[in-house]
Amino acid sequence: MNSALIAADLAYWAQSLLRVLGGLVAVLLPAGTVVYLFLFKMMSFMQSRLGPMEAGPYGSMQLFAEVGKWLQKEDIVPANAQPEARIFKMAPLIVLASTFLLVVVVPFGPDAWFTDFEVGIFYALAVSSVSVLGILIAGWSSANKYSLLGGLRAAGQLIAYELPMVLAVIGVVIQAGTMNLQQIVVAQNAGSMFGWNGVGNPYILTQFVAFIIFMISVQAELTQTPFDMPIAESELVSGYMTEYSGFRFLIFFIGEFATAGVFAMIASVLFLGGWGVPFAWFGWTDMDSIDNWMNVAGPLILFTKMIVLVFFIMWVRFSFPRFREDQLQRFAWKILIPVSLVNIMVTAVLKVAF
Amino acid sequence: MTMLGDRQQLAYIAAQAADARVNVELETEGMTLNIGPQHPATHGTLRIIARLDGEQVVWAEPSAGYMHRGYEKLTEVRTYPQVTALVNRIDWLGSFANEVPFILAAEKLMGVEAPARAQHIRTILFELSRIANVSLFLGDLGVQLGAVTPVFFAFRDREYVLNLIEAATGGRFHPNFDRIGGLKDDLPAGFIDETRMVMKKLRTFCDQIEDLLFGNEIFQSRTRGIGVIPKDVALQYGLSGANLRASGVDWDLRRDQDLPMAWNKADWKVWTHPDGDSFARCWVRLQEVRESTKIVDQLLDTIPAGPVMAKVPKIIKVPEGEAWVSTENPLGEMGYYVVSQGDQGPFRVKIRSASFNNISIVPWVLKGVYVPDIITILASLYFILGDIDR
Repeated sequence: MNSALIAADLAYWAQSLLRVLGGLVAVLLPAGTVVYLFLFKMMSFMQSRLGPMEAGPYGSMQLFAEVGKWLQKEDIVPANAQPEARIFKMAPLIVLASTFLLVVVVPFGPDAWFTDFEVGIFYALAVSSVSVLGILIAGWSSANKYSLLGGLRAAGQLIAYELPMVLAVIGVVIQAGTMNLQQIVVAQNAGSMFGWNGVGNPYILTQFVAFIIFMISVQAELTQTPFDMPIAESELVSGYMTEYSGFRFLIFFIGEFATAGVFAMIASVLFLGGWGVPFAWFGWTDMDSIDNWMNVAGPLILFTKMIVLVFFIMWVRFSFPRFREDQLQRFAWKILIPVSLVNIMVTAVLKVAF
Repeated sequence: MTMLGDRQQLAYIAAQAADARVNVELETEGMTLNIGPQHPATHGTLRIIARLDGEQVVWAEPSAGYMHRGYEKLTEVRTYPQVTALVNRIDWLGSFANEVPFILAAEKLMGVEAPARAQHIRTILFELSRIANVSLFLGDLGVQLGAVTPVFFAFRDREYVLNLIEAATGGRFHPNFDRIGGLKDDLPAGFIDETRMVMKKLRTFCDQIEDLLFGNEIFQSRTRGIGVIPKDVALQYGLSGANLRASGVDWDLRRDQDLPMAWNKADWKVWTHPDGDSFARCWVRLQEVRESTKIVDQLLDTIPAGPVMAKVPKIIKVPEGEAWVSTENPLGEMGYYVVSQGDQGPFRVKIRSASFNNISIVPWVLKGVYVPDIITILASLYFILGDIDR
């Protein structure tokens, strides 16, 4: 770790300002990239069409056009929701807040982080469930039957899939011996497999089952197909989002795709080695010997890994039909949770054995 | 309550009773969910009033008529050739198929029969509109179940068929091409080769859909065993078309009826499915598209030479009488009962459209299903709003 940090010499308010700006970039940049690259372009190519082509080169400015359109729209509160208008208006902000709270613990480089929590992954899993509150509030306060059904479905689903997600992460935590995300990254990149350290020890190889379960749970937490029963547009119109328009809908929209990005970042931190490259490539041994340029390269590496993971999330999203909510509950409780428990047991036994 | 009809009033009372029953048993409060008339899942304006207990449907009732256009009445103030322009808007996805039974009924009254070439081309166009119609159903099935991609494949490949229909008739959606005594024109040059190519593409499309949807475990878990209609219930409710065949009834008017059309000149198979569930209905339709491409392929080989128009007077006057002709349309049995009093236009026309009878089973089949399955079952019953409301 380099002691001559620029940020450390700044005043507290300047540091805070930098953190806020960094947080905005870390949330909005992945969201924008994901929307353009996957929602606009990849989806279109899968469906044998071109997607947006007019706004900017290859439609790359389409997102700004869409945001501009939404900002111009009227902020409507349904008549029946008027008594609780404040709560109705608050709901999307809670959903977006949980995304911002999540990104706080993601390490982007050896020194590029917002906070260095000892229990980082524990915190991340805890705040990721804050969004359930926002969704439930949105569904309830809309005074709309479709929204209510959607909100209740979402609450049931998000709580059910929190559990396999936590259990999948426990395998990683056992193997790394820490809950600190930064140290999980170091443990993967500085590690070795059977004495060979060419690729470090990314946990996707040893915790493959946990990785699969984690990605399935992420899919469900994001309420994306095949787990998009809460917003199922063919039956519930838009579920809990039905009554939202203008920039409040935009916030839900950003929240959805930013959360996809942040969850993919956390998944790449947990399973793909995060911001790091295998330390053996450059002769590093631990945190202190890492060159300073990794603070610039690290975020880019993490970003690349995130894009790869989001690609899979979106690929599934555009290909599959959706589960019915009793089927997806059964899938969580009867398949994912037992499998992840077995995974924990096997990991623990092997950890003691080796 | 003054706004509601008797039927709806009775249904409302039934809902109250069902609600009371649920309340006694579980002490929960029911909810009436009004699906439609404006709803993303109902392609058109069908309204379904569903009484829910949690996510379960206690009772459901379709409420049709939001798009009633009064075609039966309108035909009375039009001449026979003008009626085809009206009736091909009934089932707007397979519109040529709507014209044929009406023209056949008029021909029956007049004692005219179209030349063999016209019969052949009619059958080809009839099957092409079936393919255009049902291939869109296969894509739309994905959307109803949450898979967004298949529908774009469906629109892409239906476009080839529509191009063919346009090449032959000049109209993509509403050909208005059938005439009493034959057809307006002969086929254009190059139509036969083009059609062969398109049929090959459509068979590839069917394979794609089978891979994408029918082989998917989630699709199967959403459709197998859902919305089961047993054989006897299907017959009692007057279902027709693929919905009836999916319940195991071997019934196809193309084969069972002796009409002046060319179906019996091709070798094809009527598919049935013993299950009667949503999956069976979708699967039978998929096979139907395949069989239709086969029919078209075979008929293209055997188009006889000759005129496409029989000798009919310039001003058509249909002699007094009554005639009923029905055909196996993409959605099911479609028939016209034409009453003539010797004028240039019909005195009265009764249209029997398939979807109207097919959705009459909705209250029966939706009882006890979950809300997401409402959409699956409605999608698999496959109705076109114009075909319900006319």
